[in-house]
Amino acid sequence: MSSAKPDGSPPARRLPLHWLGILPFAAFVTLFLILPTMKIVVGAFQTPDGSLTFENIRGLFTPSILAAYWISIKISIASALLGCLIGFAMAAAIVFGGLPKGIRGPLLTFSGVASNFAGVPLAFAFLATLGPVGIVTVFLRSNFGLDLRMLGFNLLSFWGLTVTYLFFQIPLMILIITPALDGLKREWREAAEILGATGLQYWRMVAFPILLPSLLGTLALLFANAFGAVATAIALTGSSLSIVPILLFAQIRGDVLGNPHLGYALAFGMIVVTGIANAIYIWLRGRSERWLK
Amino acid sequence: MKKIWAWGALLFGLLYFTLPLIGMTNFSLKMRRGEYSFDAYAKVFADPRFQETFSYSVLQALFTIVFGVLLVVPTAYWVRLKLPRLRPYIEFITLLPLVIPAIVIVFGYIRLYNTSSWLPLTGSLTGTNILLMFGYATLALPYMYRAVDTGLRTIDVATLTEAAQSLGAGWATILARIILPNVLVAVLSGAFLTFAIVIGEFTMAALLNRPAFGPYMQLLGANRAYEPAALAVIAFGITWGCLGLIQLVSRFQKSAPPKA
Repeated sequence: MSSAKPDGSPPARRLPLHWLGILPFAAFVTLFLILPTMKIVVGAFQTPDGSLTFENIRGLFTPSILAAYWISIKISIASALLGCLIGFAMAAAIVFGGLPKGIRGPLLTFSGVASNFAGVPLAFAFLATLGPVGIVTVFLRSNFGLDLRMLGFNLLSFWGLTVTYLFFQIPLMILIITPALDGLKREWREAAEILGATGLQYWRMVAFPILLPSLLGTLALLFANAFGAVATAIALTGSSLSIVPILLFAQIRGDVLGNPHLGYALAFGMIVVTGIANAIYIWLRGRSERWLK
Repeated sequence: MKKIWAWGALLFGLLYFTLPLIGMTNFSLKMRRGEYSFDAYAKVFADPRFQETFSYSVLQALFTIVFGVLLVVPTAYWVRLKLPRLRPYIEFITLLPLVIPAIVIVFGYIRLYNTSSWLPLTGSLTGTNILLMFGYATLALPYMYRAVDTGLRTIDVATLTEAAQSLGAGWATILARIILPNVLVAVLSGAFLTFAIVIGEFTMAALLNRPAFGPYMQLLGANRAYEPAALAVIAFGITWGCLGLIQLVSRFQKSAPPKA
């Protein structure tokens, strides 16, 4: 035992009190975030009487469930890619496009609103626009004789959901990528031009490589965002389109798969897919922050 | 050339974003044949189910905000003051609700807190309401924590705490009268965002069988034609209002003198 420190309080007594301060938070996230998730993960590997099994995971590899995952993943990838592309074009337009300065603020504010305007009301808005009697459908039919349904477009389908999801995907992209575009230093462009680069060469060899990690990262985030969306899909399609969140919703409500533990496996699969997408996002964001301060 | 391209991208985006808004507004006004009217809105507002579910969700949102503030402000403060090394880990945990889909979290609740479990929250109405509120607090955690933590970064937590302590203040006084007023703008931003999230939330409320606004909208959408469009306009207005209030309070902060 050494002699007491000059400030009088032995460190051994203060340490546990420090930790007490985050006890409520720790208790809350354990009870209402960690344990429920663990329950699903563990349940995916259990038989109804509690012993270990891989039967539930194997149960996922049936044609109907695989098809549900596949269409979910397709919708998520398509809406993430298009969201990135269009969002990037719009962000680039307001940052570099030489548009009036007054456009930028309102567009970013609107993006904040639109990225939060998801769920049931969003489905209603698109039904009133592209649905059977929606404003665009009727306009095209009565003025140009174009019947969207005859052309193969149906709101309750892959493309319908993708177009609807874009309403919150594009604004999210704009919100995330605008600061990154702002971070591209003017000096880099000037240096490239002094060395004789054309605009295209600057984009291809300087700006794009720097932006690539944040582009790919945002892509992963948008993917997870679309993959977990339940409310919009249910309000739009009812249960006519079998995507994973709708299938899981029906399973929780009434065990449509006829095996409660298959529900755990279905949910576990969702965690795995969004988990991978977000791991990619976090990893790439770390890389992009090296360049953009 | 570049300008044409930029205008093109912008106009395409504007067209895509305004058409659904025009579509829903137009549809919500067309309930009466042959002329525009507010009939759909009148129908919605007069529906007792609308009033019940809407006030239920407002109440849930308010409770969620109070609980979220009580949970997040002391934690974020304490982590900044005493446990700075834990900050990345806490931040990671608060971001988890963005990774784990809400439907999975609520599925876990149903299985973990059913009537035969050690904490049978879903066994009673009050219990289920509380569980739903905890669920909403979980969904709002990433936004609330980030807002408050950003707010705390702009003030000198350690000096303020020492000054208050040397004047004889206890922890409760420090939190309520020193820290909270200093991060009020951040807390309000988090609160408005929480409100916008909770008011229209569908998945958790539907699966816990609570009469919230989100499931009501979905039910009406499956059975009616014009009222859902009116609801969409109302919901968009609420989201716009919440985000507008955030802008308003942050502008208020910017106009205040910067801290020394």
